[in-house]
Amino acid sequence: MSGIDSLRPAFFEECEDLLLRMGEGLARIPDAALHNEVESIHDVFRAVHSIKGGAGAFGLTSLVGFAHAFETVLDLMRSGTLHPDASTMHILLRASDVLADLVAAARDGQPDPELMPQLLVDLDLLAEGAASPEDEAAALAFEPMRIDVIPIEPALSQAPPDPTGFAITFEPYPALYATGHEPVALLRALADLGTTDVTADLSGIGPLDTFDPAQPGLRWQLALQTTAPREDVMAIFDFVQDLALVTVEPLHPDPPSLASEPQMAAPFVTPLPQPSPVQPTPAPAHPRTASVTPAAPPAMPTIRVNLDRVDRLINQIGELVIMEAMLSQAISIAGLSKDGDVSSSLEGIKQLAARIQESVMSIRAQPLKSVFQRLDRITREAADATHKQVRLETFGEATEVDKTVIERLVDPLTHMIRNAVDHGIEPADRRIAAGKPPEGVITLSAAHRSGRVIIELADDGAGINRTRVREIAEARGLVPAGAQLSPAEIDNLLFLPGFSSKEEVSALSGRGVGLDVVRREIQSLGGRVSIQSTPGQGSLFTIALPLTLAVLEGMLIGVGGETMILPISSIIETLRPDESEIHSLGRNGRLIAKRGEMIPIIDLAQSLGFTSRQDDQRQVLILVECDSGGRAALAADQIFDQRQVVIKSLEDNYGTVRGISAATILGDGRIALIVDPEEIVARAVAETKPMPLAANG
Amino acid sequence: MTIRILAIDDSPTMRGLVAAALSPGCFDLHLAEDGIAGLDLLPKADPHLVITDINMPRLDGFGVIEAVRASPSHASVPILVLTTESGADLKDRARRAGATGWIVKPFDDSRLVQTIHRVLGFRE
Repeated sequence: MSGIDSLRPAFFEECEDLLLRMGEGLARIPDAALHNEVESIHDVFRAVHSIKGGAGAFGLTSLVGFAHAFETVLDLMRSGTLHPDASTMHILLRASDVLADLVAAARDGQPDPELMPQLLVDLDLLAEGAASPEDEAAALAFEPMRIDVIPIEPALSQAPPDPTGFAITFEPYPALYATGHEPVALLRALADLGTTDVTADLSGIGPLDTFDPAQPGLRWQLALQTTAPREDVMAIFDFVQDLALVTVEPLHPDPPSLASEPQMAAPFVTPLPQPSPVQPTPAPAHPRTASVTPAAPPAMPTIRVNLDRVDRLINQIGELVIMEAMLSQAISIAGLSKDGDVSSSLEGIKQLAARIQESVMSIRAQPLKSVFQRLDRITREAADATHKQVRLETFGEATEVDKTVIERLVDPLTHMIRNAVDHGIEPADRRIAAGKPPEGVITLSAAHRSGRVIIELADDGAGINRTRVREIAEARGLVPAGAQLSPAEIDNLLFLPGFSSKEEVSALSGRGVGLDVVRREIQSLGGRVSIQSTPGQGSLFTIALPLTLAVLEGMLIGVGGETMILPISSIIETLRPDESEIHSLGRNGRLIAKRGEMIPIIDLAQSLGFTSRQDDQRQVLILVECDSGGRAALAADQIFDQRQVVIKSLEDNYGTVRGISAATILGDGRIALIVDPEEIVARAVAETKPMPLAANG
Repeated sequence: MTIRILAIDDSPTMRGLVAAALSPGCFDLHLAEDGIAGLDLLPKADPHLVITDINMPRLDGFGVIEAVRASPSHASVPILVLTTESGADLKDRARRAGATGWIVKPFDDSRLVQTIHRVLGFRE
């Protein structure tokens, strides 16, 4: 058993894959028009079955028990006995949830999920209708090992044991040898049941010149003295039933009549039969494709790699990019010709490094499918908890995103789904009254767009109740009473910290967590989230994420004599305004009029605590847009360049600095800080309150 | 003598368990992740014994058994079915396809070895 424990992590990893496959299969079953229903059920069965098999090996009894109950129902569906109607699917989906929980519980050494007993009852009730009781009993027997060809331990049986034993005739047909059976193994198995006297009957063997080793014509007669019941004897011949003539008769109480009918019985005992090594079976040539399951895509070969190794590789590529930038700078300082060999070689290295970087990043990239599938369940649970009918539709789940991003997307998306079910989708009666189908639909889609991953979550619910949102925001002091707010601004109030409170939120999406947490989490991933809503038609949340957390497209700017990086993703445009375009507000406030909008100017140097430069130099303004839809103009000294930079965590190497999200190393070896425009703007807004940010459209 | 074994199972865990049970000194183990891969490996592995799962993608265990029995070179190789399923009809199907024996998962390491020896006609 030594190797078993080391296989545990691999088993749980495999379970993740299996659970995923199970989810996919379950999702396909209702679309019988699109998919082969039986094939889908079969896929689910196989996944559950494999989990059961592995779980048994590790002694995870409740997992085995539950998987078995689940499998039984799936088996009935597979055979067509049970039809996958809505209520059956309901139970199956919940059973799949419990199975996933059980796997997690087994992995983490947690107690069994609370819902398990109820689902076991549900599954058993489903199965009860069709399954015959003895099948059940047989299937539930889950001893450490059962080998029917050779039962090792004679099973206890209610049949009265025969005190003496059996007279057995065993005459293998040629097919027995052809299918790899070893008569001697069967004879030995019989010997394990008691004492045997074996007589080989060689009468069937012809003269040597006609002897065919493939058809030796051997036949044995045995007297088996045993207390084992007849079934045990028959069980030994279970797998050769059609391959041999087997008769088992009770042995006469007076044993000496052993050679009862000798029939030229040769006196030697148990010769080792030699099945011919090569034996072409002329019979039914089964085409190899006979039971090939249709439409299963060939699996791409994969290996599992420790994530640390990939991360190390990514770090090293990062260093390579930095070295390349340094080399490039050294070459230009040395004054080497731009058309020379050195420069063109360097260009080659640059391109190669970029390609390697891309390839390495793609190793970390994973399809969003795993997250999306989990959300299916979240939707279900949320719908149950709120007694609403909700369906989740997903698109673009093959979209690949960095693994870290995927993991950290689960919580925000979970929250958003719960929010959509709880606050977005109306109860069935209200939907019908509004002329909508009773079942609400949440659409989750993902796609790559201009170097970013865009995830959209739409619901066809009531949309945001702006009057109510405004009331709440005013009551909590988030906006001054009577403030002029555009619809978009009101919608974005939902993201403000302190908007949701325990009093306001229901038991489901509540727990005192608001959408502000969602926004913060998305921001920490370098992404942005925004909301659009149409009253009566629903809401749309859009999340834009960087493809990777390791590299950032940035603008190199000069701030207070330092070189800093501003993420391109938040920049709308850069401008160099005339003094006349800038308006003063109060003592320090400055605004710029841009397309009829007054946009506040934030001096980056001041904001970051550098000694501000003289005003003699005309500053550059960089217009940035924040997640709230608000805009601000960041004032900097100059713009140097735009390029990809490798992100180096500041938290890991130094500590948290407000207004700075990370750092990078420039070509000349200097460190440049990466500005976090969101925080800079948020801080400026907080300082100048109650002046609201200019709204976006 | 080293016993050559071809084990076919789509579960990496199960392949791992079989590998853990069959020590390299005594067994030359070839592993395949589904029926098709197993049949592809058959000539190269040239096994004394095949162990196969039933439920597998692409080609299931019944298909494996039938194909091995129909192959000119390995038709008489013993085939053990290693599966969690123990339904009588499945066992029946496996037997009719030409299986030599049936082992219910989970299995015990030493018992697996014992069974292999027995099926191959070795004396303990």
